[in-house]
Amino acid sequence: MRIPVSTAGVAAMPPAATAGLARPGPWRTPVAIVAAALALAFVPALGLPAFYDSLLYLILHWIVLATSWNILSGYTGYFSFGHGAFFGAGIYTSATLMARWDWPFLWTLPVAAAVACVLGVVVGAIVFRVKGIRGEVFALLTLAVTFVLGTIIVNTPIDGGNGVSLAGAAIPRLGPTPSSTFYLLALATAAVTLLVAWGISVSKLGAGLFAIHDDEDAAEVMGVPTYRYKLIALAISCALAGVAGGIHALFLNYVTVGEVFTITVPLTVVLMSVLGGTRHWAGPAVGAVAITLLLYSFTAADFAVAGKALVGVILIAAILFMPDGILPRLQRLWVRRPATPQPAAAAAAPASAAPAMAAAPAPIGGEVLLKARGLAKSFRGVRALGGVDVEVRRGEILGLLGPNGSGKSTFINVVSGHYLPTGGSVMFESRELAGIAAHRIARAGISRTYQIPRPFGHQTVLDNVALAAMFGGGLPNPAVARREAMTWLSFAGLQDKAHALPDALNLHQRKFLELARALASRPRLVLLDEVLCGLTPSEIDDAVALVRRIRDQGSTVVFVEHVMRAVMALTDRVVVFDQGLLLAEGPAAEVMQRPEVMTAYLGQPQRASSATSRPLPSARPEGGHA
Amino acid sequence: MSGFTMPSATLLAQSVASGVFVGALYGLLGLGLSLSWGLLRLINLAHFAFAFLAAYLCYQMATMGMDPLLTLAVIVPLFFAIGAALHAAMMSFRITPFNSLLVTFGLTGIVEALIQSIWTADFRKLESSYGEHNYKVAGLYLPLPELITLGLAAGLSFAVWAVLRYTDLGKALRASAEDAPIAAAFGINQRRNALLLAGTCSALASVAGVCLALGFTLAPSQIYAWIGVVFAAVMLGGLGRALAPLIAGVLIGVSEAVTMAVTAPSWAPLVSFTLLIAILLLRPGRAT
Repeated sequence: MRIPVSTAGVAAMPPAATAGLARPGPWRTPVAIVAAALALAFVPALGLPAFYDSLLYLILHWIVLATSWNILSGYTGYFSFGHGAFFGAGIYTSATLMARWDWPFLWTLPVAAAVACVLGVVVGAIVFRVKGIRGEVFALLTLAVTFVLGTIIVNTPIDGGNGVSLAGAAIPRLGPTPSSTFYLLALATAAVTLLVAWGISVSKLGAGLFAIHDDEDAAEVMGVPTYRYKLIALAISCALAGVAGGIHALFLNYVTVGEVFTITVPLTVVLMSVLGGTRHWAGPAVGAVAITLLLYSFTAADFAVAGKALVGVILIAAILFMPDGILPRLQRLWVRRPATPQPAAAAAAPASAAPAMAAAPAPIGGEVLLKARGLAKSFRGVRALGGVDVEVRRGEILGLLGPNGSGKSTFINVVSGHYLPTGGSVMFESRELAGIAAHRIARAGISRTYQIPRPFGHQTVLDNVALAAMFGGGLPNPAVARREAMTWLSFAGLQDKAHALPDALNLHQRKFLELARALASRPRLVLLDEVLCGLTPSEIDDAVALVRRIRDQGSTVVFVEHVMRAVMALTDRVVVFDQGLLLAEGPAAEVMQRPEVMTAYLGQPQRASSATSRPLPSARPEGGHA
Repeated sequence: MSGFTMPSATLLAQSVASGVFVGALYGLLGLGLSLSWGLLRLINLAHFAFAFLAAYLCYQMATMGMDPLLTLAVIVPLFFAIGAALHAAMMSFRITPFNSLLVTFGLTGIVEALIQSIWTADFRKLESSYGEHNYKVAGLYLPLPELITLGLAAGLSFAVWAVLRYTDLGKALRASAEDAPIAAAFGINQRRNALLLAGTCSALASVAGVCLALGFTLAPSQIYAWIGVVFAAVMLGGLGRALAPLIAGVLIGVSEAVTMAVTAPSWAPLVSFTLLIAILLLRPGRAT
């Protein structure tokens, strides 16, 4: 049962950084899109020459293609160069149905969408399964899919090498003239596409996609089902491209593989989107209008060659001088006003106000919350974790100690699902976690922090925390999640930074942001990976107090740390790892005196007497995935 | 769909030979691309535009009476300078690999427009005395331009391989690619090395361009025809390596040529791109 906690002043003030939702009326944007589309539907009634209808058609056509591309590629950063394939699948589906089976044109469009969508899902289901296919590799792979598809089509009866002529296909009479029919169809598709793109950008789906863009692994660990979300985005993107293709087939009247399955379509939509701004739903549309008009004005004036060069110049200038695109740049100029009122909470709510959990704090030393049995992880034969048995009891703070490379962070990475274990089991509240996806583990009630903070760089501090509340905590939408997030920012003392970007925080604040993110999903178990590392002594005192408050509000804590002062002050129990194996277990003060523990930390004593007084390693950064 | 026809042994051998020749050009084009991607983190699409610009310059000078191979003396230093200048500009903007792809695509469009405005969009074919020399060895037809391409590709690949492996410069370049800040801390002058390498990559592209002019018909739109298959060769071979693009290029060239002989020429792209997809899916880590 989740009740939005009302520490004062959480009266929602969504940040200006996220598009669309920023203004008071969340429905203003879709209403504006629909109104604009309705107004533009009257253009054919003006009786302009067919030339204008065609120009407007092309603009809308590119708006659909660029915006649909952006839903996957702009939002998640997976730049696809395969949009030509999905567009082409739509073209050839419609063309074949019309030319070969005499289907009425409008009936071919849903099929075109479906074929493109299925193709995209098949490609995505394979490609998204392989880790490491990102950036330029994803771009090349999707481009190769385009050429493979084109080669298959040109060599099979679908095309037969000669292209498909649609001279016999009837153009439905939606508008007064054939060219106005195409215009109206494209207008409707563009309106739908923009509504979809906007809707996604302000929804939970959009929040997940934007998080994937910034840090996919961290998003997954926060509870974002990254694989499913990418697939959904690709499916939507492809279906819309398929419709655009279906319409374009009849517009072209004669389709050939050589003109469809090229590098031109993907590069043009990339250019348009990058120029307009890929993180905004309307960015690609802005770019599409600009580029289409530009190209058209040059072709019309017989300067096609110069136009091509100019597009090149614009692309270069846009990337070098406006890497975020036109739209964000304009937004920054317009939104100079103090975008959001300071949360009234800042003054009213003392930082220490722990949000009241619905559940009462559990008694310490209760039943076993998490039970790892023979948990093992090897990296290509290098054994990082050699089969450890660890029990975490509800309500306790368990210290996880050991020298560098002993397997502490690996333990956290395996339990949180960041790595798949190579052996053993993890039972959490009588549920087996070993081998299931990280986002499911997050939903099950476990959260973690990263030793080196990994905030989502393009999202505000508030949205960073809201993401965890939404996905790990299962909240339905961004507005509710932001309210919840505000309480956790106050809890971590970051309420004044809610609308800053993570770049503006210092290390201490970033560490606290990690904590707020880990707590916002209301986990029953929190895994803290060296939260104190790199902090000054006074900051450590703050953090120790905060960890204690985390336990007090009801979460169980596993605490990897090198700072012994903090370990001694905080932990109820410690377990010590050495070389991937469990070395000792018990109260901290007692365990640290055991000879085998001292040996593990300090090496084989020659004269053991000198080592007993201070067996404590100082805070050292731990490298790699120790 | 054309059915499978088992070609005669001679035809098959001839296909393999022509596959080796075209594969050598894939390798030569891929060499500079692989080096700049692997060692400079610059995915240079303009590599292909430079090759075609060099091809057209070679064509121009040859039609004015110069020996096509002699034009290398002008073209290579020119493109070295162009490549170094481009990289100097790129470095001052601290561009990411992905954005370098977009920027150099823009550059490719500009070069294409330049070529089209000077030499028109028509097909151009360099007619030189080299084209008239053909050798017939054991029933196989071996044209001289292709032999020159093969020789240049093999020679340059080995030269680059030797430099990377045995010289201090090569070690410095590989160290910088591995970890730039650490390499700098060890006193490596990265700026100078990077400019040197970028210039070399463009110079290699221009040599490939001269080979293109010798053996192929030129048109501005043909720039894009080479991108896919050469990328396939580069990815197959692995980034930042000297001999691998040549080997991978020949492998792809031969499999394409045999596919063409067995089925129909229009099926050829399937081989290289299916290969590329398979490589990327099976070994994605290698490319990053």
